[in-house]
Order: sequence, then structure tokens, then C-alpha cells
Amino acid sequence: MKRFDPRLYQIGALTLLLLYGLTALDFDTTWVRAALVIGAAIGAQWICSRMWSVKFDPRSAAISGLSLALLLRTNSVLLLVAGAALAIGSKFVIRWRGKHIFNPTNFAIIAMMLATPRVWVSPGQWGNVAFFGFLITCLGGLVVNRASRSDVTYAFIVAWSAVLIGRSLWLGEPLSIPLHRLENGALLLFTFFMISDPKTTPDSRAGRILYAVLVALGARYVQFKLFHTNGVLWSLAACSLLVPAIDVLLPGDRYTWKQNGGSSWSVSPPWRWHFAPGLLPRMRSAASMSRRATPKFSIAHRRWRSSATATAP
Amino acid sequence: MALVRDGDRTVMTMANDFHGEPRDFAIVIPVPTLISRGQIHIADKALIDHLDAYSAPRLVEYFDYDPCRMYALDRMPMSAPMNAQKASQEESRTRSLGVTIEARYTVGEYDILILSATQSNGLETWLRENDYTIPPGASTVLASYIRQNMKFFVAKVNLGEHEKLGYSYLRPIQVAYESPKFMLPVRLGTVNAAGPQELFVYALTRKGRVEATNYRTIKLPSDVDVPLYVREEFTPFYKSLFTEQVRKENMSTLFTEYAWDMNWCDPCAADPLSRQELRDLGVFWVSNEPNSGGASEVFLTRLHVRYDREHFPEDLVFQETGDRQNFQARYVLHHPWTGSSDCEAAKTYKASLRQRQEKEARNLASLTGWNVNDVRRKMNLASSDATSDKKWWQTIWQ
Repeated sequence: MKRFDPRLYQIGALTLLLLYGLTALDFDTTWVRAALVIGAAIGAQWICSRMWSVKFDPRSAAISGLSLALLLRTNSVLLLVAGAALAIGSKFVIRWRGKHIFNPTNFAIIAMMLATPRVWVSPGQWGNVAFFGFLITCLGGLVVNRASRSDVTYAFIVAWSAVLIGRSLWLGEPLSIPLHRLENGALLLFTFFMISDPKTTPDSRAGRILYAVLVALGARYVQFKLFHTNGVLWSLAACSLLVPAIDVLLPGDRYTWKQNGGSSWSVSPPWRWHFAPGLLPRMRSAASMSRRATPKFSIAHRRWRSSATATAP
Repeated sequence: MALVRDGDRTVMTMANDFHGEPRDFAIVIPVPTLISRGQIHIADKALIDHLDAYSAPRLVEYFDYDPCRMYALDRMPMSAPMNAQKASQEESRTRSLGVTIEARYTVGEYDILILSATQSNGLETWLRENDYTIPPGASTVLASYIRQNMKFFVAKVNLGEHEKLGYSYLRPIQVAYESPKFMLPVRLGTVNAAGPQELFVYALTRKGRVEATNYRTIKLPSDVDVPLYVREEFTPFYKSLFTEQVRKENMSTLFTEYAWDMNWCDPCAADPLSRQELRDLGVFWVSNEPNSGGASEVFLTRLHVRYDREHFPEDLVFQETGDRQNFQARYVLHHPWTGSSDCEAAKTYKASLRQRQEKEARNLASLTGWNVNDVRRKMNLASSDATSDKKWWQTIWQ
């Protein structure tokens, strides 16, 4: 039976959140800007699809565009468009073993914040009045998405709650403080739509749980040691760099949208070797190393080998 | 409270509207680092008054404007009645309580101590023994600051110095420090407070607007047409407006009342601050040489918050954004044409005027929560508006 593509639910949920943000929460953006960034993301996806000769599918790009419209703020329209282009471009350019390394939205936000002081993210703008409405919307995503990688979301919720509650207990603060920090719309968006991105999380369940814990610990360092805003976003970007290593240490089955009825370009597209042929020998050696080290994860290697065989010149 | 911030450098200017006896004034403020004598300065009260006048919400009449300023800063986290100062401190007692007096300064009319502590009970006891009235429950709040290695900036008025200086008010205290923490500790002020506290924050930064990262920051309604009589009642209007907006937002937001590049203003409610005034406020990156053009590098954000423990459980944390869009809270008065003429256009005008005034009345009622009928009465709209209170069928066969 063909299952419902979870991305359609995500697009619906993100659109609802954006409409709510624009009408009720006085987000520092406008309808035109939101439409522009979504359009720019889809446009960039189209251009990149042409350049890399893959089938154009606007769904993932729409999710990136909506997420950017929800999170990225700037006075400059050009910077918004640049953010959308970076998000989509990163998927095609920054890759390792057929996966992109960074969640596109996360990469774009971090790269833009590093590049210019003229962009920012306002984590406080969500308030917590409608928190439970957001929560239900996001939880709906898990139900729709049940076959895929919700474990990383659960693991992150547990780890981040432990960090916040643990810190407050240690400081002797009332529990209203960590609860207030958890009841944050931006955090929900991060937890349900960003860290859980199945294309950038580790392949194995153990790897994903490790990843979620690392992201929570990194966010703790950024927020409570460096006293920097948006700890989770910075931490996710940093931890994404560790995913290739986690995949080697804890290999698992590679995710593809096709499993859930999507029709987008898949995780192991044949064109991969055409633009990054240099990766092939390295990947073979990595795979053979990991095969020796952990023979029980044989599915991953079969999958990898089959795609490599199919694309061998 | 004025906060000058760039990078990790902060200059905090604490003003208060304390009206009691100087001997009853005391503040206890957690600070992130030790503070040396050179980091403390006493400012001129006029600086904050000028900042307030410059950034206050205002009325606009046609293209003219009316400088309107009135709000005093509320006092910060904790102010406590205290008795006469003790003649001497017992160092050993202090040590036995786990409290260390890291430094002791007399600056202007203030006696200032920088304390560090190892246990909150000890600090609470020390403060009580030294005639600071600490509200019950403060100890747990103090404990969390102690665990975060924060120090305590404690100030009382030195009555001798105060008399010698001859000021009838208490001048703002300024503290400069370097820390990545961009926050205001408000929790002490909400412990056992009788009601909500009120705080104005004037943030002077280089890049752009300042906002809270752990609470919503929204703009106060602005550019709304209101009835002419608001000019005579601007203070109650503004107070009611703020109270009503706080109620609508369930007392869980900060309000931006002004956000502007200080290089210019249009209209200006008061003259922009001079370079010297900015330097005095602690804007360290502005040169006071006349031709340096430094004021363009200052962005002023005025935030206004009413808070209590229930709605603001944690301290305010801020971030500087790259937002340089200008905003001011302003309310527009349209003076009607009062000439006498019977032409068609005048009739149309008068009919539209009535509608306009009705709209102004509704705007005002919505902004402030005032009863719309009271507003109409004050506008002398009652008679002209009587028809609108009738049911639609009551006017058909008249």
C-alpha cells in the first residue's frame, strides 16, 4: 500500500504555524517576504535539479522555505533569498556518502549568522500561550511519520529536558523556569522539523540517539557556558559534522523518502558519482572497514554496494 | 535602566524613582563579575530624563508633534528599608556566614559593597544583620545566583555624602563590566512583591534593535487616530493603554516603545542626545570629538515591561538583532476643519467627519479599555451618536 508522504503533513503543519505567526504573533516579517523565501527555495531546488540532472521535486524545498520563513529574520530581501539559496545549495554540494551533511534550514541560518550581523533568529517570538496548540500540531507529524525517524525527536526531548531540569534542580530554581524554557514554539519547530530531518540524521537508531544527546549537550554549552542565543541551532550544525563518523561507528539502514511513497530524488541517486567521483574510492574503503568491524549491520552494506554497483561506469 | 552593550561589554545605568527617605534606600543586584572601583560611576539624572523624553510615546498633530514625556523609571530589583548603618562590620562574622566582602567603595552618595557568597542562607543572614530587609523566599533565588558564580552589588546611601552633595534625589549608579551574559536579573524583585513590577529598559547598541530571547517582544500599537481630547489627558491615556495591552497579552510580553537609529529622528520629541551625553551613558564606541559622526552608530531600543513572578519566572535575557527598522509609539490627532460653509463638499466632509470621530472613539476605547460611551461623551459625540445606539428598525418609520 502506498503510504502518505510525511512531507505533505510537514508542509501543512509549517504553513499553519506560519499563518499563525504572521496573524497572531506579530512576527517580524511580512506575507510577501514569507512567500518570497518559500518561492526562492523552490526556485533554487529547480535550478539545482537542472544543474545536477535530477528530477525536480518541490516538497523538501517547500519545507526548507517554510522553515526559513518561520525562523530567519532580516531587513534585507536579498539576504532572505541568499538564505534560501544556501539552504538548497547545501543539499547538493555538501555531501558525504550520498547524504547531505546539514539540515538545509539549519545550515542556511548558521551560515548567514556567521556571514553577516544583519540576520537574526528570534527564539522568544513564539511566546507560550499557544504552545499546546503547536505541540499537538507537531505531535500529529509524529503519527503521520511513524515509520521513519521519530526516535531522534524523542531522544532529543528527553535529553534536552534532562539538561534544563537538571540545571534548574542544581541551581535550586523552581521548575517553572525549565518548563518555561521548554514551552517554546521555536524549540518545537527545531525538535519536530529540524533535528528529525531523516536525510541528515545517522543511519542507525543507536547513532541517532547518540546524535540527539550530543546536540542537547552542545546546546547546553552554547546557552549556559557561552551565553549565546539559539544554542540548539548552533549545536545542531556542529553535531551534523559528526554524523559521517557516527555512521561509520554505528552503521545502519539509509533513509529514503521513497519508502514512504515520495517520488523525489532518492538518497543514493545514480548521478552521485558524476559530480563527486573522488568520493568513491574513499567510501569503498570506509565501507569495507566498517564491514569488518561490525558485520551484523549487513543491510547497510548491501544497500551501499547495490547503489555503487548500479552506478559503476 | 539604561543598558549600553557591544560585544561582551556592558554599561548599566540604574535609575530609580525612589521617593522615600534616603536612609531607606538599598539595592542588591547580582552581577556577573567582580566590579572594581573604576567600573562604578555616578551619573547625572538628567541623562536618563533626556533619554526618556527623546524616546517616549507621543502624540502627533497633523504633521506637528507634541513632546510628551512623563514616565519615571521604576526602581530595580530590590529596594529595602533599612535602619541606620552599623558603625563597623564584623569581618569574622561575615566570613563565618560564607560571605566575602570583595570590595568596598564610597562613590558619590553611595556606599557600595561587592559581595560573593558560598551559601545563600549565609548571604541572607548577612544582609539581614546589615539592615537589608530581605523578603522571605529570597534565599532560594540568591542560591541560584551564587551557584552561577555571580557576585552581588549592594548599595546604600551614605547619608553624610548625600547631605554634603546636596541633591534632593538619588542619582543613577553606573556599572561597567565585561561578560557574555546580556541579561537583567529580575527574579529578586518578584519575590514576595506586592504586585507587578514595572521596568523601562533603554538599550543602546551598535547593530540594531534589542529584544528578549526568552519572552515575546512586541511593538506597542502605534499610528492610531485618537480623539483630540487625548492631548489634555495624555498621561492617563498612556497608562491605560499600556495596562490594556498588558492585559490583552496576558502579561507575558515585553513592549517595544521606541527603536531608532540615534543619528536622526522624525519627529523628535526632544533633541537627540549629544555625543557627550552618549559617552556619559557609557556608549564607549562613540567619540566625543565633534566631527567624528559617531551618533550614527547608536541604535536606541526602549522596552517597557510589567512583570510578576507567575508570568516572568526567569530573568530577562536579551539579544541584539540586526533589525534597524525605525519604530516609535505615536498617536495621531486630526483637528477637524471648523469653518462654516454650506457647499456640497462641506456637507460630505461633515458627514465623513462624524464617521471619523466615531472611529477615533472606538480606537481609543479599544486601545485603553475605556468605555466607548464615556469616550463619546467626552468628545461631545453623544448627541450625534444617539442614533447609532438605536435598533435599526427604530429609525425606519420616523
